[in-house]
Amino acid sequence: MSDCFNINLRIFSQPRYACVARAAITAAVEKLGFPDDACGQVMLAVDEAVTNIIRHGYPDRDDGPIDITFTADESDPTRAAFTIVVEDEGEQIEPTRIKGRDLDDVRPGGLGVHIIREVMDHVTYAPRTDRGMRVEMTKSIDLPVPDAADPTNTA
Amino acid sequence: MSPEAPIVSSPQPFDGGICLALNGEIDLSRSPELRNALLDAVKSKPDRLVLEMSGVTYMDSSGVATLVEALQKMNAHGGKLVLAGLQTKVKSIFQIAKLDTIFAIVDDIESAKTV
Repeated sequence: MSDCFNINLRIFSQPRYACVARAAITAAVEKLGFPDDACGQVMLAVDEAVTNIIRHGYPDRDDGPIDITFTADESDPTRAAFTIVVEDEGEQIEPTRIKGRDLDDVRPGGLGVHIIREVMDHVTYAPRTDRGMRVEMTKSIDLPVPDAADPTNTA
Repeated sequence: MSPEAPIVSSPQPFDGGICLALNGEIDLSRSPELRNALLDAVKSKPDRLVLEMSGVTYMDSSGVATLVEALQKMNAHGGKLVLAGLQTKVKSIFQIAKLDTIFAIVDDIESAKTV
C-alpha cells in the first residue's frame, strides 16, 4: 500500500459539481490536521478555482473535464502541508493576465483570483501543452505540539 | 434527486423595511436564484433590506457578487442593506475580500432593524 496520501477527482464543468470538489478537499485537509477555519478557507479557494474554470475555461460547455489532485506532504511531522492542482482542457490565458482586481473598486465579481492568492501560500498558473490551464496551490501550517503531560492526547 | 429547499424565504415586511432569510450553500449553482430574489426585493425601493443569514453555511464569490449588486441598488435610492447573523466561516469571505467594512454586518435581526 502506498504511504502517499493523495486524491484524484474529476468533475465536469457544471456549477452543481463544485460542492463535490469542496467536500472532498475539506475532508482531505481536515485529515491532515488543519483547523476548521483554515479548512473552510481552503475549500473556498478550491471552489473559486473550479468556478473560474467553469466560467472562463469552458464558457460554452457543461461537459468540460476538471481534474483536481490533492497531494499531502508528510515529510515533516511537525507540519501539515499539501499541494492542490486543478487542471482543465478549456480556454488558455496568458498567466500574467490572471490577477485579482483592485479591491477598492467595489463591484460585483472578480474576486476569485484574489481569494485564492490570499488563502494559499503559493499559487501558480500555467497553460498546459495542448489546451487548458493548470493551477497549482500549496499551503502548510505548523501542527500543535502534543501535550506530553496529557496521556489522552494522541495528536 | 430531491429538490433543494429555496435559498431565500418569502419577504417578511417590518416597520421600515423588508427581511429575507437566506439558507444553505450559496455557490455558482445557486447564486442566480439569490440574485433574482434580491433584485425583486430592491425593486420596490425599501428603506431597509435585512438579510438574515444565520442559515447560510457557505458562500463563494458569486454569492458575494449578488450582495454587492444589491448593496449598490439599495445605495442608489438611499436605502440600507444589512447582513445579520453571519456564521464565522461565511464572514471570512467578506474579510478576505475586504468587504466587511463595506457592508453593515450585525449579529441578529433586531440589531439589523436599527443599525
